[in-house]
Amino acid sequence: MQLTVWTYEGPPHVGAMRIATAMDGVHYVLHAPQGDTYADLLFTMIERRGKRPPVTYTTFQARDLGKDTAQLFQQAARDAFARFQPQAMLVGASCTAELIQDDPAGLAEAMRLPCPVVALDLPSYQRKEHWGASETFYQLVRTLADTHVRPAGRGGHRPRANLLGPTALGFRHRDDVIEITRLLGTLGIDINVTAPLGATPGDLARLGAADFNICLYPEIADTACRWLEKTFGQKTVRTMPIGHGATHAFIAEVAALAGVDPAPALDTSNLPWWSRSVDSTYLTGKRVFVFGDATHAIAAARVAQDELGFEVVGLGCYNREFARDLRDAAARYGVEPLITDDYLAVEEAIQALQPELVLGTQMERHIAKRLRIPCAVISAPVHVQDFPARYSPQMGFEGANVLFDTWVHPLVMGLEEHLLTMFRDDFEFSDAAGASHLAPLPLAGGVGKGPVDVGSAAAETSPPPVSSASGRGTWSPEAERELLKIPFFVRGKARRNTEKFAAERNLATITLDTLYDAKAHHAR
Amino acid sequence: MTPARPAALGCDAPILRERGQREVFCGLTGIIWLHRKVQDAFFLVVGSRTCAHLLQSAAGVMVFAEPRFATAIIEERDLAGMADCNEELDRVVDRLLARRPEIKLLFLVGSCPSEVIKLDLSRAAARLSVKHAGTTKILNYSGSGIETTFTEGEDACLAALVANLDADTSGAPSLMIVGALPDVVEDQFLRLLAELGIGPVHSLPARRAGAMPPVGPETRFLLAQPFLGETARALEDRGATRLDALFPFGAEGTTHWLHAAAQAFGVDEMHFRRTIAPGRERAKRAIEHSRERLAGKRITFLPDSQLEVPLARFLASELGMQPVEVGTPYLHRRLLAHELVLLPTDTLLSEGQDVDRQLDRVRAARPDLTVCGLGLANPLEAEGLTTKWAIELVFSPIHGFDQAGDLAELFARPLRRRDVLRV
Repeated sequence: MQLTVWTYEGPPHVGAMRIATAMDGVHYVLHAPQGDTYADLLFTMIERRGKRPPVTYTTFQARDLGKDTAQLFQQAARDAFARFQPQAMLVGASCTAELIQDDPAGLAEAMRLPCPVVALDLPSYQRKEHWGASETFYQLVRTLADTHVRPAGRGGHRPRANLLGPTALGFRHRDDVIEITRLLGTLGIDINVTAPLGATPGDLARLGAADFNICLYPEIADTACRWLEKTFGQKTVRTMPIGHGATHAFIAEVAALAGVDPAPALDTSNLPWWSRSVDSTYLTGKRVFVFGDATHAIAAARVAQDELGFEVVGLGCYNREFARDLRDAAARYGVEPLITDDYLAVEEAIQALQPELVLGTQMERHIAKRLRIPCAVISAPVHVQDFPARYSPQMGFEGANVLFDTWVHPLVMGLEEHLLTMFRDDFEFSDAAGASHLAPLPLAGGVGKGPVDVGSAAAETSPPPVSSASGRGTWSPEAERELLKIPFFVRGKARRNTEKFAAERNLATITLDTLYDAKAHHAR
Repeated sequence: MTPARPAALGCDAPILRERGQREVFCGLTGIIWLHRKVQDAFFLVVGSRTCAHLLQSAAGVMVFAEPRFATAIIEERDLAGMADCNEELDRVVDRLLARRPEIKLLFLVGSCPSEVIKLDLSRAAARLSVKHAGTTKILNYSGSGIETTFTEGEDACLAALVANLDADTSGAPSLMIVGALPDVVEDQFLRLLAELGIGPVHSLPARRAGAMPPVGPETRFLLAQPFLGETARALEDRGATRLDALFPFGAEGTTHWLHAAAQAFGVDEMHFRRTIAPGRERAKRAIEHSRERLAGKRITFLPDSQLEVPLARFLASELGMQPVEVGTPYLHRRLLAHELVLLPTDTLLSEGQDVDRQLDRVRAARPDLTVCGLGLANPLEAEGLTTKWAIELVFSPIHGFDQAGDLAELFARPLRRRDVLRV
């Protein structure tokens, strides 16, 4: 058993729901106990969909166990077909139904429904949401793709590509699809099928007509893309067009595959100039911690280091399936890869590294808030505010613009806070009043001992020496007061560096000189 | 002043009983408000990743505030053998209690997976109680979807508590308010009951594990919530007497509820009227501004919390709304006898659910307001139907005189919003 408060991923049948909800004409009959319908509100509330997910739950109860759950399943499937008339059906079991072993596959087959039925085998006690989505999409593609369909030859036709991977409840999938479709259009390439988002079973049948595939989200589409490679000989574009440079690389790869001129698409994002402008100089070497799904984390690390001039000090992901890719990327930045689905481990890493910016999921947003570190969201899981009304892709050139604004914004807020703390002795701006956009946190407020009474510090009364939280050295009153003059968003780092410096030299007391010696030592 | 006690209960209108897909929460959801109420209790769900995901989805941002609930996720290797499962559970509990030594009461909460594999959590609770005796009491109940619907999780939790209450040997009558109420509401009720001269008054659950009330033959209890059937039965098994009343929603419901206590404790009728008059008048004034918007409007309740019948009664009798269909996951006729007589006779009462067929009825009736869960609310809005999401009624303070206006406003607001939007 694993003790859990927060999970980065839901169970695999939620992944299957993301595929069914993304598509049109597909209905999912899920053998599940009463209560599992909670997952509907992820789609109706977080993604704000105006339609119920196309899922029928058998919602069996205790009194049904041991007698008619199998019949209940068949009844639900029959009713769902009659009511929704889907072009294809998914059938499967949630975690509890997996235990009662009713075999939805066999039961559905025996019913001989007049549409293709894809039986899903999603091991709930081993796998998670992304795996469930990937497996569901793969099974649908395998079942529905017409293996006789082939590209129509190039005689005067524009090349065609499939755009694979966007789903319901995907982080910015809606706008990424628009951005990449526009970009391919500029290159003279048509989209054959976008799937699963917005696709029908009929569309999946036509997958073979494309000249090549674009794997937009490997977590969802990689398995299906491999099968398409094998079955149709279609090549796959695997570069993630997230960031300015990556978008260029993506265009080059696509253009080469399609045999078109890349030039028309090489219009540019504002990112390079924004990043070069002198206002961005202070971004240089900012220490950033990156965590999310592997795809977004790896892409974000590249943008952070190469395009914004940050230093990547931590890189991790929660989905084990792509751990190898993440390890390779971490090696490039010379950092220890963090592959975990335990948010406490992530919190520990962030606390130990004291980065100046955290790029992560909703969870890291809360950790960063607690530790008073600026943060931006780069990956699912996300909450409702990251399914925005406005256009905000992550991919392509507009995506690069969005990344620049989103990541720099919390840092600019940091500078504003710095200006405020310069006026710290004014009573309105007392340190104890807390930052305007961050919840007050005792941890980072003073040296090891919670919020500091700035009034008394300003009045030059000597606070008693305080031993630090980490136990390395004791801060002298002068050094402690000096530390408080450092803006809060770099104070944690300064404290850590100083204590490390003192520990290495076996200094029992951290004096004013130690503080500045350490500063000189760590100067870059 | 108080509604006349009916000569014959008029609740034998035909009830539509349906079975099919139910769009409801399971009892685990009760943890979200129960853990806020009992400040030194911890709720450990023994279940699957789905259970953890549900709690996270329902708790929203609350999961980040070092909450007092968690899930022990059953994994593949736990399913291999039962002995292993119990050892694993002991390990998880030991680790948890070592990390959170301030926890005085630990609930092992059963889920669908733990019930289906027949993991005996009551034995585990007994075993662990011995091991952690003196520091932490360990109880168990089931919040599984196969056994409980949404608020029934609280019922199961409180029923488990009742079995562990001390026997009341004082021989003097006492009053127990049963059901987790927001602290502000509980305090209002305690103040009113004290002014009436009723005492001692206890709450179940209490705010601390060590302060749970005693129970005995002299205990009278008032249910503050309609979904506490099992708890009521458990209290009656221990000799306590239930005071039959309307539930304390609105001016009339609250009056009737307090009156039941006043009568049981022999409070002088004039004193009763004088004491509650200010609160009662305030409640009537407070709901007045919503009446204009709500009177004559048609409302449908989809089943969710079992609060549907009392709330429909409040909206019908005090705000002039017309209930079209009142759906409830379960209908405790005995507990709702007073409520049912006050519902207009042409109300369709339904118990259980076949969600697609029920939505067909909603679409056909097109009520002015539909009370439903968050999985249905936006889809119905997109069809042009105005909705009020039901969960808010469980999380917001809505009981008593001084919340009557807020309660009316919860229903009036979606209609006002519908009218002000020009997009």
